[in-house]
Amino acid sequence: MTLDQAVHGQAPPDVSAGTPARAEPCPSPELSRVIPVSGRRRSVPRWLRRAVGPVVLLVLWQVLSSTGVLPVGMLASPGTIAATGGGLVADGTLPSAMLVSLQRVAVGLLLGGVAGVALALASGLSRLGEDVIDVTVQMLRSIPWVGVIPLFIIWLGIGEAPKIALIALGVAFHLYLNVYAGIRGVDARLVEAGTSLGLSRRGLIRHVVLPGALPGAMTGLRYSLATAWLALVFGEQVNADDGLGFLMNQAREFFRTDVIVVCLAVYAILGLIADLVVRTLERLLLQWRPTFTGQ
Amino acid sequence: MATDLHGPVNESVRHAAGQSAGAAPGAAVRVGGLVRSFDGRAVVDDLHLTVRPGEFVALLGRSGCGKSTLLRVLAGLDREIEGEVLVPRRKAVAFQAPRLMPWKRVWRNVVLGLPGRPDRGTAVRALDEVGLGHRADAWPKTLSGGEAQRASLARALVREPDLLLLDEPFGALDALTRIRAQQLVAEVWQRRGCAVLLVTHDVEEALLLADRALVMAGGRIAYETEVALPRPRDSSDPRFAALRARLLDRLGVAGAPVPPPEQPQSPAPARAHAGADENGTDTP
Repeated sequence: MTLDQAVHGQAPPDVSAGTPARAEPCPSPELSRVIPVSGRRRSVPRWLRRAVGPVVLLVLWQVLSSTGVLPVGMLASPGTIAATGGGLVADGTLPSAMLVSLQRVAVGLLLGGVAGVALALASGLSRLGEDVIDVTVQMLRSIPWVGVIPLFIIWLGIGEAPKIALIALGVAFHLYLNVYAGIRGVDARLVEAGTSLGLSRRGLIRHVVLPGALPGAMTGLRYSLATAWLALVFGEQVNADDGLGFLMNQAREFFRTDVIVVCLAVYAILGLIADLVVRTLERLLLQWRPTFTGQ
Repeated sequence: MATDLHGPVNESVRHAAGQSAGAAPGAAVRVGGLVRSFDGRAVVDDLHLTVRPGEFVALLGRSGCGKSTLLRVLAGLDREIEGEVLVPRRKAVAFQAPRLMPWKRVWRNVVLGLPGRPDRGTAVRALDEVGLGHRADAWPKTLSGGEAQRASLARALVREPDLLLLDEPFGALDALTRIRAQQLVAEVWQRRGCAVLLVTHDVEEALLLADRALVMAGGRIAYETEVALPRPRDSSDPRFAALRARLLDRLGVAGAPVPPPEQPQSPAPARAHAGADENGTDTP
């Protein structure tokens, strides 16, 4: 077969016979230039563009504080807050509080992560597991987890246990939902292809199902980290004698808005670091994914 | 090649298939009385089929006639069946979509599921065979449609199959890539000597590649013909055109014109893509 014929075979039916000849030539349309991407932008580096928003906010805040529009009693100025933060770091209060809080988050994340992923695997991979686990988890999920704090205090006392349990609870639900959805979202045609390649059930799970569920798991991890910090704030408001939440509670007693903002800033920075960790993980683990990355 | 020594054209298929199943010394596929129903509707209904070792068989049919179901049964992917199906242990499938695991680099996709711990060299040798050795470390998302399909073919070939099942593997390719992919399959088949079952809706493709063309209708092989043309085949050959017209007729494309051999590019080309013309949605 020659190339010509093959292309011809694909071509739409010839319609020229029935079409009347055009009487007058077409007017030429107005042309506009397509501007190459490399020609524009690239003037400002990416990190600088990202820093613009926070910096503008800080400057505005400082200006409002200095001019007296924002009373010091309501919110301290960024300058004061920086000084207070420096003091808290210097006398060791802030580092030790952060260490305690980080430990709580780490333990809660680990316990909740193990529980959430294990449940998701059990119900995602087997229909029996789905029938037994999924309905239960979906039911419990609709309970607002902050509402169980009083119960946790009654059950677990006022030590570390209720705080960690609260974090673990929030983490477990998010991971469960996203990992389960990730497993069930794996393309059935890829599973079939894996079967045709002779993969065993274990091989299918390892080479097809779990990698396919990874994007969902990453989304779950992102939500989990955010929830972990949130649960930490709630947990540490309850009878804590150290940690960031305790520091904030104490500052409230003495109307120290600067200390409160320092703690909030620490939460924000820790959240930012957590996000950075997830982003790095995604870049390493999901580099195969053909997704839109913005323009 | 195995194109010139075949028996006469078999018009009565079930009868002939039964005969050859008894007479043939060996078979790469032997199917008897196969039934596959979906919700009580038999899509494959008492089907008989024998494929000789090393034979290239094209399975034609309108869309929805059950040809892909038959292929899935032969691949072992659909086992809710009645009847007898004998297939080689070593068989491989190439689907219409390449179905590469996007999270594995190309060479890992090729050796996926092989027993033991196959090394990169095994994969690269198979990829070289389809002209894709240089893309062994690429992610599937960076492959073009034709490259992905060749990777899929390499993944099938690395299993050294006695039976290669191709489910419209060229359906989603553009016309130029399709011609090269067809040539590649022909080369690979001649080199490997495995039996091939090609499911397609493209009569021309079937006649270019196959030793024997089957038409499936009503859940069984309704018609079959040997394609006793010398290779490489030429679609402007009058015998080719006559076979095409006959198959198109059997596929229910009424009044398909037989283009005169001296004018192969006449303005009313034969509607070679019968299945696609039926519903216009065969390619995703």
